[in-house]
Order: sequence, then structure tokens, then C-alpha cells
Amino acid sequence: MQDKIYQYLLLTGDNAMILGHRLSELCGHGPSLETDIALTNISLDLFGQTRNYFQLAGALTTDNKSEDDIAFLRMAHDYRNVLLVEQPNKDFAHVIVRQFLFDSFHILLLKELTNSNDQQIAAIAQKSLKEVTYHLDFSSEWVKRLGAGTEESHQKMQDAIDFLYPYSGELLEETPIELEMKEMGIGADLPAMKTNYYNHIHQVLEEATLVPPETSWFQSGGKKGIHSEHLGFILAELQYMQRAYPNMNW
Amino acid sequence: MKKEWPIWEVFIRSKNGLEHRHVGSLHAADSKMALENARDVYTRRSEGISIWVVESKHITASNPEKSGELFEPAKDKVYRHPTFYNLPDELKHM
Amino acid sequence: MKDSTENLEIEFQHKIDQGYNIEPKDWMPEKYRKTHIRQISQHAHSEIVGMLPEGNWITRAPTLRRKVALLAKVQDEAGHGLYLYSATETLGISRDELIEQLHAGKAKYSSIFNYPTLTWADIGAIGWLVDGAAIINQVMLTRTSYGPYARAMVRICKEESFHQRQGYEIMLTLCNGTEVQKQMAQDALSRWWWPSLMMFGPTDAESTHTELSMKWKIKRKSNDELRQQFIDNTVPQAGILGITIPDKDLKWNEKTGHYDFGEIDWEEFWNVVKGNGPCNKQRLDARRSAYEKGAWVREAASQYAEKQRNKEFTEAN
Repeated sequence: MQDKIYQYLLLTGDNAMILGHRLSELCGHGPSLETDIALTNISLDLFGQTRNYFQLAGALTTDNKSEDDIAFLRMAHDYRNVLLVEQPNKDFAHVIVRQFLFDSFHILLLKELTNSNDQQIAAIAQKSLKEVTYHLDFSSEWVKRLGAGTEESHQKMQDAIDFLYPYSGELLEETPIELEMKEMGIGADLPAMKTNYYNHIHQVLEEATLVPPETSWFQSGGKKGIHSEHLGFILAELQYMQRAYPNMNW
Repeated sequence: MKKEWPIWEVFIRSKNGLEHRHVGSLHAADSKMALENARDVYTRRSEGISIWVVESKHITASNPEKSGELFEPAKDKVYRHPTFYNLPDELKHM
Repeated sequence: MKDSTENLEIEFQHKIDQGYNIEPKDWMPEKYRKTHIRQISQHAHSEIVGMLPEGNWITRAPTLRRKVALLAKVQDEAGHGLYLYSATETLGISRDELIEQLHAGKAKYSSIFNYPTLTWADIGAIGWLVDGAAIINQVMLTRTSYGPYARAMVRICKEESFHQRQGYEIMLTLCNGTEVQKQMAQDALSRWWWPSLMMFGPTDAESTHTELSMKWKIKRKSNDELRQQFIDNTVPQAGILGITIPDKDLKWNEKTGHYDFGEIDWEEFWNVVKGNGPCNKQRLDARRSAYEKGAWVREAASQYAEKQRNKEFTEAN
């Protein structure tokens, strides 16, 4: 049981961490100082959430894992994040669309988790929900700005949507752990969110004069530990210190 | 050269109920972005619970060369201050 | 006409001498304006370029706690750059113009950021030494004569107070760690010590700006005084860490009440200033690239804002 909650926490925690990592790569490279600072704030929120999830997860392990053990010392196939969040910062359009597709899901997830039977998960969700409400405002606003900005920005956004949209399906895919957690009243009901999720996305895209690609095929694998090639490189950086200098305090 | 985002002035009210105070400026394309940017730039350490932004060009400022005529005349109106009035020390609650 | 300018200048200097701030709309000598544009924007550029060497290690930070601290610190530097660009803009120059000066290689920034960050300990050393040196300058600048600059510095100093502690804590943890970690800390101190001393600029004898800077209270202490203050502060801190400052001439001078120290390699200093440091090109390339890649984003946001305004205008009429 404990192990299942642990696994469930990885699913949420890894998404926050890997997306936080991608955003942190942009620190110092944003399109304007103001935007740079804003993206870093989102990254910091996500790392804060990651720590909350991993501290909670660590307490459930028999060998008392620390947040850092969980964050840094797993093999690639043991990370449970969706493929969407590991997609690279190809350009600002990709950054914004990735964020928007994730935030739109994240907010629905957290709203449900605030009612979790697990008090600690509910508490983390409560705190995170405020942060993520802002993230979604931020990313939605930018989707509209860039979608309806110039011809060039419109095209870049449409390209990003075409590329990233097929990664959205995995967010709502229910793994056995998620099914079990849902049935126990601990986890969220992912399939039930589907209508809300896509309604919201399509509405914002429409305002932004963007169109979702016609696709019935969605990429997936991350939640089961089968990742894209990108994750290996992310981990090469993320884990570098812990792997090169094992068992030390930093 | 492409047009730069306009400058906005940021005013923040802190938790303690004091007035909004000017804290600095930033660039933003529109008012919504200006508010977001103000939140991200100027309240990173819980500095405030309310933000005003106004595009700098809308601010009319007094002319420093007129400081004399604007501000000097108030200086000798000491009767506007409580200490102007002589009252006995034993008087309480006033 | 000449008389009236002279009078204005006398009045202006009197104001500074009396400790009043100069504000954007006040009359000021052209040279004062130009000097301030140069100095404040140089300071702003330093913050922005300074994000890069430390930013290098965000994705590789060894723990989540260290990662968020570093991320917040580098973000603060973006904020500080922003405050300083804003202060410069009050002098009648746009941020875009300032950034163009930087990208064209016409503007200077602190040379320290042209050195590479090679190990995690460099993040500790930068926080401890580079921020330690910077804060000595910045505390002095909170009382500088130009109001917007002084106010930006007050805010910056308040926020920077955690930066040096963050760096020193990293060093302390390394020095209390394994032999490998201690070596890493020593190596970082050895590489960052001299460049940190160079941050205070050339010696007073060589410095061209000092006199005017003093007169306008841009500076209240000379380069050499500030450098000495930094050394006096830092030597005992290295002692607590138990690592060695790479200067065989460094010793306490009972008579002066200060540390004596060895000769700085000014040839290296001038070379890095002139663009021959290990990372000058790389740093500017990174800044240019971010700015160029962001051009379409800034443009799109501008156009969108204009479209929205037009829409509101049409709807209102």
C-alpha cells in the first residue's frame, strides 16, 4: 500500500521536477528580462512542489529515502513523468505551448487532489493549486498573445501545437496505479477530466486563432518508464553531481 | 528598429495596510502583462498584497524648477501642526 | 548664457554636497548624465551577464535545496539588472539602446564574469567572493547622489543579503566534507581569489574616474580602500573554512591594522577587460542569442497589445 502511494507520488512529482528542469534551463536566456523572471518563478514553484511530493514519498520508504535520493538516484526507466514535460525548449512557442498543455491538466488534477483521502496529498494540492492557477493564467495569456500576435508568431505557435498536442493524451491516460488510487479515494479520476481538459484547451486555442491538429493518435510511454531520448540527457545533467561524487553532503 | 515594450510604473501595497508605494518600473506590452510582470518582479519576497501599474507616460510630474513656489509656502504654516499649540503638561488625552 | 550654466552647476554641486539626491527631472550637467548612463548600465550589464556563469550550474546542482537557492539567486540577478536598467532609463535612454551597446561590445561589464565556472565549488566561491566584493561596492552606492540609482541599490542590497551566505554555506559544506570536496573548494578559491580582487578596478594611481566619482558621490571610497576592506573581511572567513588564499605575501600588518597582500596581475586584468578573458566571447554570444531569439516574441506581444487596444477602441465607439 505504502509502495503504491509512493509510486503515485512519483507520477505527480516527476512531472513537476522535469518540467521545472526544462524551465530552469531557460534562466538567463528568456526573451525579455521580465519574462525570464516569470518563467523562473514557475520553475521554482514546480521544484517546490517536487520537494513536497518527494519528502512525502521518502517518508513512505522502508529505507527512509531523502528527497534527493528520489530526485537524483533513479534509473531513467524509474522516472514516471509524461513525455510532454521532457520535450525540449525548441523555441519560446514550444515552451509556452508545453506549459499551457500541462497547466491546463495540472489545475484539474490539483483540484481533485484537494479532496484526496490522504490528508498530506490534499494539503500539497491545496498549496500547489494557487501556484498553478497563476501558471495557467500566464501560459494562456501568452498562447493568445503569440497566437494572435504577428504572422510569424502565429506560425511558430501553430507548429508548436502541431508538434506537442499529440503528447497531451498521456496526461489523462490511467495507469494501474492511478486506477487503484482513484478507487481508494486518494488519487484523481483522470479519464473524467478529459472533456473539461480539451474543452478548455480548444477554447483558448480558438481565442488565439490556433487550431488543434487532427489526430487520434497520442504519444505515450513516460508514465510507464519508457521515455523519449531527451530524458537521458536531462538526467545526465540532473544527476551529474550525485553520480560523480556519490554519498556526499552538499 | 522594432518598438520596445512601454515602461510601466509599479505601486505596491504591503500587508501592513499602508498606501500603495512606488517600488520601481518595468517593461510590458499591455496592462495585463504589466500586472503579471510586476507580480513576478516586485513581489518575489511577499512584499505586497495589491499592485497598481500605470504606464509611465500617463504620469504628470511636478516641475522641479517650480519647487520653490509649490512647496516653500507650506513651510511657515506651523499652525497646521499640533506642536504649535501651547497647552499645560498636566492635560491628558489630547 | 555661460553664466547661467555656471550658476546651475554651482547650485547642482551644492545640492550634492548638502546630501540631497539628484532626481531625473532636476537639472544636471551633461557629463553627470553621461557618466551615470555609463556606470549604471555597466552595472546592469554585469548583473545580466553575471547570470550566465552561475546559470551554468542550475541544471547540475547537487541537491534540490541547492538548486532552488541557486535558481532564486540567478533570478534575483535578472531582477537587479532590471532595476538598474530602469534607473538608467530615467536618464533618457532606452533599454534597447543599452542592450545594443552591450551586444555591440561598446559597453563594459564586470570582467569577473568572463571566467568559467568549472566545478560546483565555483558556485560557492562566486557567492562568497564575488558577491562579497560586489556588496561592498553596492552598500556604498546606496548613498550615491542620483536618486533612482541609490534607490535601486537599496533594494538590491536588501535582496543580495542571502547571496553571499548561500555561497559561503556551499563552501562550508564542502570544507566539512570529503577530501575530494575540500580540494574542490580549495581549487575554486585559488582560481577566484585574484579575479575577485580585480573587481575593485585599477589602483587609485591608475584609476581615471575616481576624482569626479568622488565629487558626485558615485564613489565614497577609492578602489584601493574598498579592496582592502574586502581582503580584511575575507581572510578570516577563509580561515574558518580551513582553505588557503593563494597569496604568499598575505599577512596581517600590526601597524596598519590591515592585511598586506601581494601584487595583482594587472596585465591579466587589462587583457580580460579588453575582451581576451576565457569566456568574453561566449558570454556575449549567449546574451545576443537570447535577445535575437526573443525578438519575434517581443514583437508579437507588442502587436497583440495594439490589436487589443484598437478592438477596445472600436467597441467603445
